[in-house]
Amino acid sequence: MGTVQAEGRPLLAVLDYGIGNLHSAHKGFSQVGADTRLTADRGLIADACGVVLPGVGAFGPCMRALRAAGLDEVAMDRIGAGVPFFGICIGMQMLFAGSEEAPDIDGLGVFNESVRLLPDTVKRPQIQWNRLNATTEHPMLADLGDDAWVYFVHSYAADPGEEVIATCDYGGPVTAAVARDNVWAAQFHPEKSGSTGLRILSNFVAYASAAAKVVA
Amino acid sequence: MRAIRVIPCLDVDAARVVKGINFVDIRDAGDPVELAAAYDAQGADELVFLDITASSDQRDTTVQMARAVADQVFIPFTIGGGIRTVDDARRLLMAGADKVSVMTAAIKRPVLVTEISREFGAQCCVVAIDARRVNGSDDAFEVYTHGGRTRTGIDALKWASEVQRLGAGEILLTSMDTDGTKDGFDIPLTAAVTAAVDIPVIASGGVGTLQHMVEGVTDGGADAVLAASIFHFGEHTVADAKRVLAANGVTVRPPN
Repeated sequence: MGTVQAEGRPLLAVLDYGIGNLHSAHKGFSQVGADTRLTADRGLIADACGVVLPGVGAFGPCMRALRAAGLDEVAMDRIGAGVPFFGICIGMQMLFAGSEEAPDIDGLGVFNESVRLLPDTVKRPQIQWNRLNATTEHPMLADLGDDAWVYFVHSYAADPGEEVIATCDYGGPVTAAVARDNVWAAQFHPEKSGSTGLRILSNFVAYASAAAKVVA
Repeated sequence: MRAIRVIPCLDVDAARVVKGINFVDIRDAGDPVELAAAYDAQGADELVFLDITASSDQRDTTVQMARAVADQVFIPFTIGGGIRTVDDARRLLMAGADKVSVMTAAIKRPVLVTEISREFGAQCCVVAIDARRVNGSDDAFEVYTHGGRTRTGIDALKWASEVQRLGAGEILLTSMDTDGTKDGFDIPLTAAVTAAVDIPVIASGGVGTLQHMVEGVTDGGADAVLAASIFHFGEHTVADAKRVLAANGVTVRPPN
């Protein structure tokens, strides 16, 4: 498990399950030094020292496409194997039990909570940069400085649970990032959050790279 | 917390930025990637590229431009102009654009908004509305196309509500009365549209001073302010705009 190439570029597999615009995450991780492949290839995913689950649009279509590609089982297998794993936006929401957006479709259930519509007291979707409020120390949020802003585009957010590591204020605290063991996830788009976002991606690449070396 | 976005707009023709950009530190004033990076460094929250390429044979260059920008600039960007079909939208989104903006094609065939929204999500479906006052009135506005030259007979407030219902994630609202005047946004228009819809509204057209941006937010209710010439000629940076907004009590992401 976990390939770090000779030139030190860790192999990251961005799961390609056939929905549009998964390229931004791919480009962001490449920018911070990973050998990033947008792929559905089981062998390549098994070789990767980190796995990324992106997602844009809506929970239902994303979850259906992930299952249709058989990548739900691949994702769960890699998570179970302890491989560093990063979910982004809908890719984060899919790690939860389910979403109000598609009540008849199960999520992956890595986290027990559900994903709900933002309150009707705020504009939906939240399309803006917002300040990250870290609720605990975590390597994802290392070296971001005191005033870290990231870009959000979403109408739904995960209920708070023990896995929350950061929130943003949007009509009250909204789950912005979660983590447990080898699974990290962000509701916001680190690949669209300028230098702050690239630092977060870089923190994940460093984690994946270090984890691969330990195993090797 | 509601944070107001500041969005520079760049006109591109066959993947070259046009309309005289005049920054001191720019080597190639026509290079969209270099300009996007410069605006990112100034603290721009997003970018809008307005594609004015006349020839449809050259539209592939816009797709290539989207790819080049997405490769090197890590803030969200929208491409508008000439998008007529779901396939047009798909090519730009797959190349790395975060959103597409539709206008004339949505007026001709409103279901296009629903198609793009269903296929890619409302978050990437911006509808641009160009409006003029009806006989100078400050409470009746008509939708125009072709740079404000062609009347449509459509009421701008009804159209704004309609595109929200059809699935638009955001409205890019330009006053064709104030555009290019540097007299400030059309505040009654902006206020009427922001009151008519629940989705975010980007105000555009007429910014001549940084105070105009403040007015667009505090009086117009805009969620984002878009400007072109005030930034392009180096008169003001995005960071300047954000400092003035913040000094007037408007929450913004602080410039780097």
